[in-house]
Amino acid sequence: MSAFSAIGEEREIDQDEYTPGIEPQPTWCPGCGDFGVLKALKGALPEAGRTPDETLTVTGIGCSGKLNSYFNSYGFHTIHGRALPVARAAKLANPGLEVIAAGGDGDGYGIGGNHFMHTARENHDFTYIVFNNEIFGLTKGQTSPTSPKGHKSKTQPHGSAKEPVRPLSLSLTAGASFVARTAAVNPNQAKELIKEAIEHDGFAHIDFLTQCPTWNKDAKQYVPYIDVNENDDYDFDPTNREEAAEMMRETENALHEGKVLTGKYYVDEDRPSYQQEKQQIGEMPEEPLAERYFDDDYDWERSADMFIDDHK
Amino acid sequence: MTDDELIWRIAGGSGDGIASTSQNFAKALMRSGLDVFTHRHYPSRIRGGHTYTEVRAAPEDVTSRGDGYDFLLALGDSFARNPQEEAYYGTEEIKPLSENLDDLREGGVIVYDSGLIDADEVPNFDQRVEENNWHVFPLDLRGLAREKGREVMRNTAGVGATCAIADIPVEAIEELMEDAMPEKILEPNLEILNEAYDAVLEDYDLSGVEVSCPDGEHEEEQVLVNGSEGIAYGAFDEGCRFIAGYPMTPWTEVFTIMSKVLPDVGGISEQVEDEIAAASLAIGAAHTGVKAMSGSSGGGFALMSEPLGLAEMSETPIVLLEAARAGPSTGMPTKPEQADLEHVLYTSQGDSNRVVFAPADPAEAYDHARRAFEIAYEYQIPTIILYDQKLSGEYRNVPASHFDREPNPDIGQTLTEEQIADAPHEPGGKFQRFRHDPEDGVSPRSVPGQKDGRFLASGNEHNEAGHISEDPDNRVAQVDRRTRKLETIREDLDGNGLNVTYGPEDADYGVLAFGSMVGTVEEAVDRLNDDDESVKALAVGELAPFPEEEVREFIESVDRVMVVEMNASAQFRGLTQKHLGEYGPKLSSLLKYNGNPFEPGEVVEGFHNTVADEEPTDHQTTFVPAGGD
Repeated sequence: MSAFSAIGEEREIDQDEYTPGIEPQPTWCPGCGDFGVLKALKGALPEAGRTPDETLTVTGIGCSGKLNSYFNSYGFHTIHGRALPVARAAKLANPGLEVIAAGGDGDGYGIGGNHFMHTARENHDFTYIVFNNEIFGLTKGQTSPTSPKGHKSKTQPHGSAKEPVRPLSLSLTAGASFVARTAAVNPNQAKELIKEAIEHDGFAHIDFLTQCPTWNKDAKQYVPYIDVNENDDYDFDPTNREEAAEMMRETENALHEGKVLTGKYYVDEDRPSYQQEKQQIGEMPEEPLAERYFDDDYDWERSADMFIDDHK
Repeated sequence: MTDDELIWRIAGGSGDGIASTSQNFAKALMRSGLDVFTHRHYPSRIRGGHTYTEVRAAPEDVTSRGDGYDFLLALGDSFARNPQEEAYYGTEEIKPLSENLDDLREGGVIVYDSGLIDADEVPNFDQRVEENNWHVFPLDLRGLAREKGREVMRNTAGVGATCAIADIPVEAIEELMEDAMPEKILEPNLEILNEAYDAVLEDYDLSGVEVSCPDGEHEEEQVLVNGSEGIAYGAFDEGCRFIAGYPMTPWTEVFTIMSKVLPDVGGISEQVEDEIAAASLAIGAAHTGVKAMSGSSGGGFALMSEPLGLAEMSETPIVLLEAARAGPSTGMPTKPEQADLEHVLYTSQGDSNRVVFAPADPAEAYDHARRAFEIAYEYQIPTIILYDQKLSGEYRNVPASHFDREPNPDIGQTLTEEQIADAPHEPGGKFQRFRHDPEDGVSPRSVPGQKDGRFLASGNEHNEAGHISEDPDNRVAQVDRRTRKLETIREDLDGNGLNVTYGPEDADYGVLAFGSMVGTVEEAVDRLNDDDESVKALAVGELAPFPEEEVREFIESVDRVMVVEMNASAQFRGLTQKHLGEYGPKLSSLLKYNGNPFEPGEVVEGFHNTVADEEPTDHQTTFVPAGGD
């Protein structure tokens, strides 16, 4: 019998279950795009059939890191840039959990960029939502890795000399098996994409455009947006890596020309998740490791029986 | 120790099989009933370079390397760089011979591979041989190996010669080879071993050689184990089934052992992109209810500073290892030092909230690893095992029964779903994971996936359900509770036997040491007492929370204390004075930081300086007299 009865529980789930009973109201600024992520996530999880007790949200630092403060599930508000490695281990230790990692663009593409690259490469089976507002918000408006070239801020008074990170292209190259972009102003698309990401078996990366009305007034409010999967002007196959790459590049260029393109850019349903790869080579148990510590009948192996003879 | 011992040094280049040959040799002597101890010296280089391993064997209690050694087996360095004029590294081909002469005792034995080493190139060789009354055996080991098998088997030829000269039954080595070697290479090796053995007996008159291997007998079965194995097996027996890491010398040894064994028992090992990730993965696994560890050496451990703080703040039980080596920065990657003490105690922002253990030998490495897991999970706190390059690869014999213990997979105060149902929740429905009120400081936890156990873990200061809080009353309550855990742990550890006194209880003088220097200090204490001095030692195995009472009693019981440590800034003395400042004037320091661990004789000499209040020393050690007066 499982020590985790919440995992795999079949029942009707009300979206309100994800709203905390105490302090449900976020401290984000009025008009902040982060509200959009919260709402979309609350909508997606019940539709994906996952309950609060079987969901673990792992966040980084910044306004985005507070997501799980306003969200009723298990949560781990980690440190700047490190949500992904914490999330990876949680999923390996108990694959039955629904793990959602989240953080900002500085968190994921800057300080945590190394983890982003490797998590995508390894194709861990969870969803990663990057709140991309093209700026450092909580520390009051400094230039971030996704800020456009020439972006002026108190830490880049002469304007940034750097090309911004291309989040979608980077994700694809690194190995993510699901890559999407949505925007806070596009709640239905956001909910649907998050739901698809949750149901995807592998690393699902969503670059979520979240306008910062306080510190990034120059930036677009990410309207009007165009859904590249729906709009007839765009014709590409998200299961085709080359076409996806081209579409991503066009999307990244367009953003800085004032055109907001969103949608599902890439999906590879055939690539095994990291968990599956690891099981394939005999490096991960079939039964979740977390269960073992609650199993009174498990016969724990001893070094005296396993290794000591070799030392005699 | 008595004179009844053999210290055998095998020297060559990295990649020449020095480590495995010495390990087999040590095991053979252990099986013959002797106590053994190995000391290795190697460069940060894959192939070639000056490498040696010493095997010291005696009938009883060998706890350290010796002062010098008495038998050199100098093999060729197959990967020696071509000598160039002006090259600062000199002729590497002769180094297995030339680099090892300074430490060879008078009357010692030299066996060298004349097939690869030209002794004429070693400056003043003949003169030194004569002055020191060394017995020299130039043998074409390479030629012999090539003739009967392959060139790499010249190690075996060297061991065969060793057996003949030092009066070791060749059967002891044969038996070991049969256990360790695959059929294909076993036959030629056995042939080479015996050929070399016979050749020495036939060609040389050994009557003048006084170096020989003593006899011994063990009361119970022994196993040959090094510090890294001790730690890994301790972790294993505590039910640790998750490790994450990034390679770095010398921590890699534990990581390698765990990575090999965990998949066989349904555990998980993860080699990840950096040490920040490694420690973060350990946190993620532990948060999810699994017993997890990570670790690194100096520079890699520095990267773990921030996750370490997260584990402290979120009260996530993890065990981290710090296998220290000479620093700062890359320092000397394959050389031991104890200069990471302060780093381990204080790294990461805020008031540190951790437990630090320092085992002294492979048996203690096992014990401390088990205790580190018990404390981490019982008290929901990161624990760190601080050891070093010396202990990690140092082999000693330990009674096999030492490891014959029950496993302990307990994950501490973690509730079941039934218990969670009765546990306090906040009105909004979240479980109160971080309650203010537990007297011992430990607030029971839930694990993701459990029904109604939802809470928020956070690196931010937080309220009882884990939500971010900057309320002053809550802040004080949470800090006080986390601090209370350390007080409870201190009480729990008292009388645990992890701090060990050695020598006569009523001695006049004391020596204070921690970690890998303890065995050397013990031998020095024995020698001093044999020499009519009155000395005892205290080995501190728990560095945080500091065992103030035990150390205070020790210092008060003697006139003066010398603190022995491998670093330049007397960090351990500093730690002692931080807690017991009033005894500052009683404490002197003996320091060494040249990349080589202390020899017992250096500690003996340092002690004489302490008593006489003198500074000079013949060795590369530094004596710092007590302040005050």
